[in-house]
Amino acid sequence: MTAADPHRAIHRTILAVWRIEQPRLITSLARMLRDVPLAEELTQEALVAALEHWPASGVPEKPGAWLMATAKRRALDHLRRMRMLARKHQIVAWDMEQEQQAMPDLDAALDDNIGDELLRLIFTACHPLLSREARAALALRMICGLTTEEIARAFLVSDAAIAQRIVRAKRTLSESGLAYETPCGEELSERLASVLEVVYLIFNEGYTAARGEDLLRPQLCHEALRMGRVLTSIAPHEPEVHGLLALMELNASRAAARTDQAGEPILLLEQNRARWDQLQIRRGLQALGRARELDGADGFYVLQAAIIACHAQASRAEDTDWSRISGLYGQLAALVRSPVIELNRAVAVGMADGPAAGLAIVDRLVQEPALKTYHLLGSVRGDLLHKLGRYEEARGEWEAAAKLAGNRREQDLLKRRAAEAAVAAMTS
Amino acid sequence: MRFMYIVTSSHPPGPPTPELMEAMHKLADREIKAGRMLDNGGLMPLATGAQVRITDGQLSVVDGPFVETKEVIGGYAIFELPGKEEAVASAVEFMQLHKDFMPGWEGTCEVRTFAGP
Repeated sequence: MTAADPHRAIHRTILAVWRIEQPRLITSLARMLRDVPLAEELTQEALVAALEHWPASGVPEKPGAWLMATAKRRALDHLRRMRMLARKHQIVAWDMEQEQQAMPDLDAALDDNIGDELLRLIFTACHPLLSREARAALALRMICGLTTEEIARAFLVSDAAIAQRIVRAKRTLSESGLAYETPCGEELSERLASVLEVVYLIFNEGYTAARGEDLLRPQLCHEALRMGRVLTSIAPHEPEVHGLLALMELNASRAAARTDQAGEPILLLEQNRARWDQLQIRRGLQALGRARELDGADGFYVLQAAIIACHAQASRAEDTDWSRISGLYGQLAALVRSPVIELNRAVAVGMADGPAAGLAIVDRLVQEPALKTYHLLGSVRGDLLHKLGRYEEARGEWEAAAKLAGNRREQDLLKRRAAEAAVAAMTS
Repeated sequence: MRFMYIVTSSHPPGPPTPELMEAMHKLADREIKAGRMLDNGGLMPLATGAQVRITDGQLSVVDGPFVETKEVIGGYAIFELPGKEEAVASAVEFMQLHKDFMPGWEGTCEVRTFAGP
């Protein structure tokens, strides 16, 4: 073991402790400062202070109270500096000094109900004014407590790029006067859609790993799932929140079965279903049930979850209820006009009513500009052609699709299928 | 990563104090809302349980109490966390509650990683 190892170990421990406390730290500070981006900065400063002190002093018995005291002291310093600027700050500073008198102990800290503040934090981080990428980075930073390095690694971009993305996003929020606000009324559902979109983006980034070597980047999936669970506890009456959680739990339940030992992808219908995570499937079905109880059966995420649930509930691939899936895709396509959903519907129709019916839908999509560079169009078309015995055409589709796929393992799979189709074309 | 926490004690002096129960309840509530805890539960005293054993190839059912048992499982929890450091930090926080609210209690919180997913 090198001298650096114990050092790194204590840093990891401190980061772990800080992460437990981070949501409560940032929400408390945001409430005091009326400024989410600033609260986030001071929360980071508390981490830096812990990294400076704890390696020598050891982790304190009540780390939460230590971090909270440190963060509050920084906030107070900040407000003293700003005191002359605005009366609002003066009042807040006075409130804080009162609070400072009674330093929170662990028990009181646990009493804090942070639900509403956390919701405000999530709404701020996922503000529609910010780009999707900025929202995702900010959410991972402010809600999940991921470091810049961790976010950068997860999205396969440089630390500097993520740091800049976060700084810009926070500046945008501060400059637009959106640093501390909660939507209400009609705006709420629109804003909630923006939050759910970000959470799902993070999940999908981890689940499909559009670029790079690995098909799964588990940490992003876990963080998205965690945010989904947080949302169901603080916004329990929103069916789409439960729908999104159901969709993510059910998709994640297949994680272990999606790749073979060499890391190569395994298609859904060929997966070993014994490796599907039954605990996670149960949780997903529960969330789906709650969404339906809330009259949300026809929501965007709920419908998608219902489709995945059909797979999760089939103990063998051949037991899959394809006509129900194709019906659900029909509902989904009526709700959202999207060529990608239409493509998925084609797969389901192909299974329910035969490959010719599926191919008829796909053929209508071939001219779709949005799918011009989408490798799954060729992948699906190839599959339907192959089933119809049109092997030579299938080979062509799969070869073209392989060129478009960004993920190396997906490329390999498509090339393999193209080679198989070539053999079938010769022997048929 | 998914973790199982198994809390054992060699000589439980009695059921948890109301203060400990309350503190654990609050912690569990926070952890569930934070999306970290998937499941948890406390277990009734050993005397109310049973053991199904295989000894020398023979299967037998024995009702509690089990005088020879040294470590008694009092409860469990299942967490989903980024890594072992988080799991340990979380267990330390949980055990600190025992130290604060049930003086004299001695025991172990075993942190185990799930095999598989």
